[in-house]
Amino acid sequence: MLEKALSGSRRYYGWLAFLGIVIVVGVIAYCRQFSHGLGLTGMSRDVTWGLYISQFTFLVGVAASGVMVAIPYYLHNYKAFAKIVILGEFLAVAAVLMAMLFIFVDLGQPVRVLNVLLHPTPHSVMFWDMCVLCGYLVLNILIGWTALGAEKKGFPPPRWTKTLAYIAIPWAVSIHTVTAFLYAGLPGRYYWLSAIMAARFLSSAFAAGPALLILLCLIVRRYSSFKASDESIGALAKIVCYAMITNVFFFLLEVFTAFYSNIPGHKAALLYLFFGLEGHANLVPFMWLAALLAFFGILLLTVPKWRRGKKTLPAALVAVFAACWLDKGLGLILGGFVPNSFERVVEYIPTVNEILVVMGVYGIGFFVLTILYKVAVAIRETGKGGPEAPTPLPEQ
Amino acid sequence: MYKGGGIIVGLTVFCLVATAPFLLNIGRAAESGPTLSLDTPAIHLLSDPSCVESASYMRAEHMRLLAEWRDQAVREGRSEYVNSAGAIFALSLEESCLQCHSNRAEFCDACHNYAAVEPYCWECHDGGATGS
Amino acid sequence: MKRREFIKGGLLLGAAGLGGALSLGALRPAAALPPTGAASGARRWGLVIDLDKYNQSADREKIAALCHRRHNVPDIPDTKTEIKWIWEDDFAHSFAEMESPYLSDRIKEMRFPVLCNHCAEPACVKVCPTQATFQRPDGIVNMDYHRCIGCRFCMAGCPFGARSFNFFDPRPYIAEIDPLYPTRTGGVVEKCTFCVERLTAGLPPYCVEAAAGAIIFGDLSDPASEARRALASGFAIRRKAELGTEPSVYYLLGGGGGDA
Repeated sequence: MLEKALSGSRRYYGWLAFLGIVIVVGVIAYCRQFSHGLGLTGMSRDVTWGLYISQFTFLVGVAASGVMVAIPYYLHNYKAFAKIVILGEFLAVAAVLMAMLFIFVDLGQPVRVLNVLLHPTPHSVMFWDMCVLCGYLVLNILIGWTALGAEKKGFPPPRWTKTLAYIAIPWAVSIHTVTAFLYAGLPGRYYWLSAIMAARFLSSAFAAGPALLILLCLIVRRYSSFKASDESIGALAKIVCYAMITNVFFFLLEVFTAFYSNIPGHKAALLYLFFGLEGHANLVPFMWLAALLAFFGILLLTVPKWRRGKKTLPAALVAVFAACWLDKGLGLILGGFVPNSFERVVEYIPTVNEILVVMGVYGIGFFVLTILYKVAVAIRETGKGGPEAPTPLPEQ
Repeated sequence: MYKGGGIIVGLTVFCLVATAPFLLNIGRAAESGPTLSLDTPAIHLLSDPSCVESASYMRAEHMRLLAEWRDQAVREGRSEYVNSAGAIFALSLEESCLQCHSNRAEFCDACHNYAAVEPYCWECHDGGATGS
Repeated sequence: MKRREFIKGGLLLGAAGLGGALSLGALRPAAALPPTGAASGARRWGLVIDLDKYNQSADREKIAALCHRRHNVPDIPDTKTEIKWIWEDDFAHSFAEMESPYLSDRIKEMRFPVLCNHCAEPACVKVCPTQATFQRPDGIVNMDYHRCIGCRFCMAGCPFGARSFNFFDPRPYIAEIDPLYPTRTGGVVEKCTFCVERLTAGLPPYCVEAAAGAIIFGDLSDPASEARRALASGFAIRRKAELGTEPSVYYLLGGGGGDA
């Protein structure tokens, strides 16, 4: 099936070449970091995690969001999603891959990464995170690839893929819950020390992930004969809308607890993020931008006319995605380290090298995503039977 | 055969590349083994210049021994090593090994270079050799 | 092509499998042996810092200097990447949660030595995915630098800021390497170890030795130990005790050590 990725338009190859360059630059930047050490990043002994881990966290969410397509399709037999469920699964594959790469580039001793397997440590959440992420990657590759292969031959997918799809649903929830537990169980990091952390993670994931998925569907619809139906996009847009409202609601719950209780530790990170602390205010514009985009996106998605608009829908989705990225892919991790254990504010500014590595990892992810989508689209374009009406052949 | 020419050329190139180390070395004499030096001040001072275990054991198993010492010293807090003959040594790379084998280039590296292995022990344990 | 280059290629291929096989050999059931020497029998090592003595009579600069020199701790000028095992701070920062607007000048001007608390319930040990940081039977939270993958989860987990990360090779920043103690490599986390190597030899930690009585070391589980007797003599506080990590470093006020 991979051979389908080899023939494409000039635009397709141009896009892959562009990603290739981004990847090469990223790999060179990573080689520099590998030989010099993490001193080449903006991280410090006070802010020990930066862009790498925040991207990891955000992308685990994007990966988990595939479940928002899988649940209606597999559990409620919602036929409109039949066509796009494969896109959700392949998006999850690319996102998990990027998440794992971000963990890898963040390690100080990457050659020792297999120590996590050699000395399995059940009391460490990191160990469980590795287990569920690897499992989720395998599940999505298996389900997506097998279903697509069956479709190519005009057969319905084998029954075991459906069993795996059922397993993948709670599994998707687990990957983001476990990722939230990485942070939510640390004493003294008050911005993270919150029972609602996993719920916040899931709600923002279910907003940002499907938002990205719709945007990808719109792009695929524009450049190929693979047309995701208006019904499926409309249904996904509603999911994005409710998830984003829930996400903002959960965040406001945090704000209430912190400020009504008036406990300094709980207020500090929020104050730092939105107003600055002790004269340090690097993230303030980003956080207010996130707030603005969140409300703008919700407004556009709530009004049915705008939610269906050809121009307003993409704008709303970009706004929601950007808001979630700023909140979770930036503020959440960085804010958790401020103030430090000695009530001092040390800020983090990523270095150019670090940003190049981040772009390189995103380049790899989008490269994989492009190839997978290309295969899926090519099979749909030349496929014998549409997914909505699989050739009724008896399962052998 | 479908695209047979290309496949055969590809296979030939692959085989040539894969066997290049053998092909390029045909007819050449194998390198003689490494020569290790035991000529250090600490060894000269010893009345019985023997290692913690026999030379043949150390040659074959020093990696395993060091890995065991590492875990025993760091993780179990042990400080003594009782060897197969019942003699007691300090269970410490710095105190036991590197005192005698202070000539890294002539002893450790000689063999490691020959075997083309690059253990990174010295990044942390070099008995202060970096300064000198 | 030389033979060694050829072998190198082969090694690359077999690296993963070989590495696994070799290390598997070292996987034995870890015997919880008490260390030999003076440390044997001890249950819970801890420090009691007599703040009056420390601030009035101790040679304060010598303490960190001796510890850092003997443990090959690099002297990195950049505060963002610096490495420290023991250092000083004031009350407002080391005990931020107890800050008061009407703090006496005596407390305000006091210097507080801070270091790893060797918690009885260490968060760092809990989060470490490889058991590179672990708790010994005698309570000491130690680091196995060989095993550390440099994920820095322990630094996020430690509420005391006691851990430092080697953002690059530390050696160029060590003025004089002590040949009897290893250095660290780039990419691993490090911290105070309560001088486990000294305890095995029956000696107290360097900070205790350098502080000349201002820092007391002992077994907290033994009511007759010097540390426990010091604790009984005055009022002792611990950093962030409310977090439940059970720090083993106590700060003693009015222990009868000073004149104030």
